[in-house]
Amino acid sequence: MASIDIQDIRKSYGAVQVLHGVDLNIRDGEFIVLVGPSGCGKSTLLRMIAGLEEVTGGDIAIAGKRVNDLAPKDRDIAMVFQSYALYPHMSVAENMSYSLRLRKTPRERIQSAVSAAASKLGLDPLLERRPKALSGGQRQRVAMGRAIVRQPKAFLFDEPLSNLDARLREQMRAEIKKLHGDLGATSIYVTHDQIEAMTLADRIVAMHGGVVQQVGSPLDLYDRPANLFVAGFIGSPGMNFLSAHYVPGENGASVRLGDGTLIALPQKYTLAADEPVTVGIRPEHVELSDADGTGVDAGVELIEPTGFGTILHLTHHGLPFKVFTVDRTHLNAGPAVKVSFPPGHLHLFDGEGDRVTS
Amino acid sequence: MTAKSMVLTVAHRLAILAYIVFALFPLFWLLKVSLTPNDLLYSEGVRMWPSRVSFDHFRFVVAHSDFPIFFRNSLIVAGSTAIVVTILASLSGYALSRFAFRAKYWIVALMLLTQMFPLVMLVAPIFKMLSPLGLTNSLTGLVIVYSAFNVPFATFLMQSFFDGIPKDLEEAAKIDGATQFTAFRQIILPLTLPGIAATIGFVFTAAWSELLFALMLISGNDAATFPVGLLSFVSKFSVDFGQMMAAGVLALIPACVFFFLIQRYLVQGLTAGAVKG
Ligand SMILES: Nc1ncnc2c1ncn2[C@@H]1O[C@H](COP(=O)(O)OP(=O)(O)O)[C@@H](O)[C@H]1O
Ligand SMILES: [Mg+2]
Repeated sequence: MASIDIQDIRKSYGAVQVLHGVDLNIRDGEFIVLVGPSGCGKSTLLRMIAGLEEVTGGDIAIAGKRVNDLAPKDRDIAMVFQSYALYPHMSVAENMSYSLRLRKTPRERIQSAVSAAASKLGLDPLLERRPKALSGGQRQRVAMGRAIVRQPKAFLFDEPLSNLDARLREQMRAEIKKLHGDLGATSIYVTHDQIEAMTLADRIVAMHGGVVQQVGSPLDLYDRPANLFVAGFIGSPGMNFLSAHYVPGENGASVRLGDGTLIALPQKYTLAADEPVTVGIRPEHVELSDADGTGVDAGVELIEPTGFGTILHLTHHGLPFKVFTVDRTHLNAGPAVKVSFPPGHLHLFDGEGDRVTS
Repeated sequence: MTAKSMVLTVAHRLAILAYIVFALFPLFWLLKVSLTPNDLLYSEGVRMWPSRVSFDHFRFVVAHSDFPIFFRNSLIVAGSTAIVVTILASLSGYALSRFAFRAKYWIVALMLLTQMFPLVMLVAPIFKMLSPLGLTNSLTGLVIVYSAFNVPFATFLMQSFFDGIPKDLEEAAKIDGATQFTAFRQIILPLTLPGIAATIGFVFTAAWSELLFALMLISGNDAATFPVGLLSFVSKFSVDFGQMMAAGVLALIPACVFFFLIQRYLVQGLTAGAVKG
């Protein structure tokens, strides 16, 4: 168990810079999720922590010790690969014990560590099998088992669940969380799946284009996204964005949409009158009423029932947005409805895309 | 199965059969002639199988010719070459597959260049170089020359096998606590066994059947290899076909034994189940 401190980490491949100075302090025992779209540099960052990629600039410290120039084997970390990377010529037990055998651990200790890990992961009946005789889910477990047999300073995961089908992914997600509860080990988990990030993380690190966009608890990112990228990335269906202009107003501020519709804001902001802004509201926060109710009128374009609720695709004067409701709606595509945007749930972003807080 | 796909399958099988017959026919003829007694060789005309077979040619070749010496020499030369080349090619192929280093491009270009010359051009210079070193008329000299010629191709062959092994595997090994070399020895090498077997087989057969340099660098029977020895069945006035063919059949044995031993590795996809799958 250890803390991990990352300071102004940079990475370039030739002339291409993929990480532009990342700072991150991970506490002992914390579960950190790096999330972001494909190609944003998550794996690169993780692999630099593991020692598999050279550091172009900045410092990485594990348990207070600078590790920039240490080989992976001297960093005492374990990693679960997206491909699982099981050794095909070794049995499950040999795969799991390889790290201990390299460290010349006494035989009895290896046996007890392997059988403890195996029973934790339900691998007991598979110990003598080769990886090619295992299903995808079983291989995933073996990869996890290989990581937990020795007690490393930290666990690194690079999209460990992306090769599993949806049901298995959900199940393993819960198991990983339970395992982390049991072991309490410092973990860094890379994923492009925001649901995995939300459900697993103590803190989420949202990345985009090699730059950290926001670090915070899952609900922090959900409730107070720092910019348009985080707002759009976290949550499904994604947040609605409407371009508008700021209107200070006499009795309370509001924004004006392109067609002149005014939407009231919860407070006044230090923005100039008519400054271009983007308002965001999550589909589940938009309130829906019949055509004879109050609010802004909108047309129903498309209805997507999910069983759990309904996603409605609406337009307001050509402006598309989505509404999510847990009600089984009686609506069909076509008719007009009214929607209202509760001020407390509005997010305001300035011309640069950054959240406006005051 | 539709009629059309049935026809296609049958045609496909027939084509393969025709190819196999075509490829194996010379070998069959070799065997046939080696078993035909001398008195029937010219008297029976062209027949698929002689009316009487005898092992006289084999007996003569083994007991009364220098063939056992040639055979032993060839075994030493081809075996040593195969081992030396495979070790060098494994290491260099791994480096080409996994490391980025300066001059890599030029090294590859140079290695390709060596493959472009007709070997005949090199006979004289090589003889000139080996002669003062006392390496002409010596099996060691042959091993050195054969190794030099086979390393580039074998390196590219091994590189392609290493390229087929996911990088994740050795990264996982390094994180598990292995050095680069331990990862190579304990994880990568065992998975490359099919490739190593193929390389050994390829180099062994190439060295086994090499004639040009064996002829030019070796004089006298003591260090002659088997292809040179075959020529000794050709005398000024006649060719002893029966004995020559018998020697040829015996020369096939090492290759057959060898491929029998390694066929397990050649067909086995050992990396299955390493990643995803
Ligand atoms: N070995 C490499 N050489 C050049 N560019 C690379 C290399 N590895 C990754 N990249 C680039 O770095 C960027 C980040 O990659 P990566 O960290 O794998 O993204 P992620 O894991 O977030 O999908 C990508 O644009 C990728 O093309
Ligand atoms: Mg990645």
